[in-house]
Amino acid sequence: MPDFSNWSCPLPLRDFPNVVMGHGGGGRLSSELIENIFVPAFSNATLTQLADSSVLDRPTGRIAMSTDSFVVRPLFFPGGCIGDLAVNGTVNDLAMSGARPLYLSAGFILEEGLPLSHLAQIVDSMAKAANAAGVTIVTGDTKVVERGHGDGCYINTSGVGIVPDGLSVAPSLVRPGDKIIVSGSIGDHGMAILSLREGLTFETTIRSDCAALHTLVESALAAAASNAIRAMRDPTRGGLAATLHEIAGASDVGIEIDESSLPVRGEVRSACELLGLDPLFVANEGKMIAFVAPEHADAVLAAMRRHPLGAEAVIIGRAVEEHPRSLVAKTAIGALRVVAPPLGEQLPRIC
Amino acid sequence: MKYLDEFRDRELAERLLHEIRQTVTRPWTIMEVCGGQTHSIIRNGIHQLLPAEVEMVHGPGCPVCVTPLEVIDRALAIAATPNVIFCSFGDMLRVPGSERDLFQVKSAGGDVRVVYSPLDALQIALKNPDKQIVFFGIGFETTAPANGMAVHQAKVKNIRNFSMLVSHVLVPPAIEAVLQSPGNRVQSFLAAGHVCSVMGYWQYPEIVDKFKVPIVVTGFEPLDILEGIRRVVLQLERGEARVENAYARMVSHDGNRPAQDLLAEVFEVCDRSWRGIGCIPQSGWRLSEKYRDFDAEVRFDVGSIHSNESTLCRSGDVLRGALKPHECPAFGKECTPRHPLGATMVSSEGACAAYYNYGGIIPAESLTHA
Repeated sequence: MPDFSNWSCPLPLRDFPNVVMGHGGGGRLSSELIENIFVPAFSNATLTQLADSSVLDRPTGRIAMSTDSFVVRPLFFPGGCIGDLAVNGTVNDLAMSGARPLYLSAGFILEEGLPLSHLAQIVDSMAKAANAAGVTIVTGDTKVVERGHGDGCYINTSGVGIVPDGLSVAPSLVRPGDKIIVSGSIGDHGMAILSLREGLTFETTIRSDCAALHTLVESALAAAASNAIRAMRDPTRGGLAATLHEIAGASDVGIEIDESSLPVRGEVRSACELLGLDPLFVANEGKMIAFVAPEHADAVLAAMRRHPLGAEAVIIGRAVEEHPRSLVAKTAIGALRVVAPPLGEQLPRIC
Repeated sequence: MKYLDEFRDRELAERLLHEIRQTVTRPWTIMEVCGGQTHSIIRNGIHQLLPAEVEMVHGPGCPVCVTPLEVIDRALAIAATPNVIFCSFGDMLRVPGSERDLFQVKSAGGDVRVVYSPLDALQIALKNPDKQIVFFGIGFETTAPANGMAVHQAKVKNIRNFSMLVSHVLVPPAIEAVLQSPGNRVQSFLAAGHVCSVMGYWQYPEIVDKFKVPIVVTGFEPLDILEGIRRVVLQLERGEARVENAYARMVSHDGNRPAQDLLAEVFEVCDRSWRGIGCIPQSGWRLSEKYRDFDAEVRFDVGSIHSNESTLCRSGDVLRGALKPHECPAFGKECTPRHPLGATMVSSEGACAAYYNYGGIIPAESLTHA
C-alpha cells in the first residue's frame, strides 16, 4: 500500500491539502494542479505544450483505438491502485487486438475533498505504469464534482496503438478445434478488491494481478505462424466465463473447458468457497486468454511461459462445433455442466 | 487444497458411484434437504453420474427461497425508510417482492448494503450512531447463531440503533411437513450437514421412528454427497430406517451446545409461513420476549403489507419435491434469473437457479469429450 507520509506537496498546492471545486474551475487553481501534479509526473514534450489537442506522429500500420473508465473502490488496494489500473486496462485492450500501444489520454473526475496526496500517488503510479508500458500520456482533462457525488477519483483513459499490417486477431475468427490458453491464475484482482469492501472485510494475502500484457502478447504472436492466434482477450469484469461466452457468441462456436485445469490460487479458491463465488466469474486485470490453432498451441504456450507474466500459462480447453454459443465445463468428478453467462455482479450467498 | 481437493477426487467418486450402482436394485427417491447440497449436486453434475434408479429431489432448504413474500415486502418497506441502513446477505437483494426487490430500493436511493456477517452490521451501527441499522436475519439453524449473537451483543453493549428483521426457519419441522404432504414421494433424506454442525442430530430419531425413513447427515463436497447417497441407498435396499452421520468431520451427535444455549436465549419457536409452501406449525424462530426491543418488525411501523405472489410461479411444488424445476411451465420462459418470478430462481442455492445455471440444457451424450 502507498505511503502518503513521504509525499511532499510542491508549492503552492499546500494551501489546499484537498481537492476543492476551484481545481476544476479552469482558473489559477486548475493550472496549478496541472503544473504541479500532472505535468511533472507525465512529463513529455507533447503534454508540456498544454495545447487543446495533441498532434502525434504515426508509424506505419493500422490504428487500434480503445477507451475505458475506471471507478474502482477502494482507490488503493493490494497490488495496485486506480492509477496503474487505468493505464494497464487500456494498454491491455489495445494489446488484445495485436496492437503496440503508443498514446493514452487521461480524464479525471475528482471528488471535492480528495486529499491531494492521494491524487499525487495515483498520478505517480499512472506515470510509472505508462513508462513501464512504453506509452505516452499525451492529453488529459480534470473536472471536480461536489463532495458526495463521486468515489474520490474516477479516471477515463483512451488509447491509440498500431497494428502491424497483415495481422488479424479478433473474437470472431475462432474456429472449432482451437485451443484455449490462459496466461495464469484467475480471480486475483476481484478477490483482492472484495477483501477490502466494507462489511466483507476478510484477512488475506491476495494481491491484484494488475499488469500490462502487451509484451506477453508480443511473445505469443512471435511464436505462432501468421494468424495462428485467432483471438485474444483480457478477462476483466465478469471473469473468464463472461469472456469465453462473448467469444463463443462472436464466432458461433461452442467452448469446452476442464475445470480441474483452471489455475486458481489457493487463497482465491478458499475465499471464493467461503463467500460462495465462482472464480470463473471473478475479475482479472493482468491475465489474457488466447485462442490458438491447435498445431501452434504448444509453441505459443511455451513462449508465453518464458515470459514472467505467463509463467503459469496453461491450456484450459478448446472451441468445438457442438453446442454453439454455449460454455460447458467438465467438473472435478468428470461430469459436465453448462456454465451460464453471468447476469450482473455475483451475489455472495448466505451460508 | 486441504479439505477440498480430497473431497473432489475423481477416482474416489467413481469408486463410490460403482458401489451405489452395485447396491441399487430398484427406484428410490432421496431428498437432499439443503439448498447448498442441491447447488453442489447440479454444479458438479452428480445427478448425471447416478444410476437411473436413484432420483434426487430437491428440498426446501434454501433460506432465501422460503422467506415469505410478506416478510420480503416488509424488508423492502423498511429499507426504503429514510435514515435506515438496511444490511442483508447478498443473495437476498434480487429476491422479488410483490413489486420490486432490494436492488431497486437501492437504486431509488435506499441505503442497502451487503454484509457477510450480522456482526459486520453491528459495526456499521457503531459507526453510524445517527442512523437506524436493520439486519435481515433469515436462514436455517446454520445462520441463526451468528444472527443471535449479533442481537445478544447489541443488547449487552446497548447498541440501540440496531435491530433485526427475523424470519428464521427450522429443518426438522420442514422434513415432517414434506413427509406429511399429500402425494409425497420422498423415501429418505440427506440431512443438511451445516445445520447439524450447529444442532447435532439428536432431533432426528423421532422422525425416523415416526415415518420409517432413513436420514443420513451429509456434507457438501461431491464425495460427501455420494457417500450420503451410498449410505441411504444401502439402508433403503436393506429395508432399514436409521439416523446415520456421514459428515463426522464436522458434525457430532450433540452439535454445538453453547450455540444451542444462545439460540434458546435469543429466539423462541413460532409458527412460520414458508414461501410457496404455506404455514408450518412451530417451524420458525422469532426474537424472544427479552430481545423484542431489537425486533425491526416492532421498531418500524410500515403499515399493513399486501403481498401478491406470481400466479405462474410453482416454486412451492419445487420446494416440496413434487415438481422438478424444468418441469415448471414458466421455467426458462417467463421465469429466468434475469426476471425471476419466485425466489427459487434467484438464490445460488435455489433449485430453479441451479437447474438454469448448471443444468442439462445440453444432453451429456451430445458433448464431445476433451
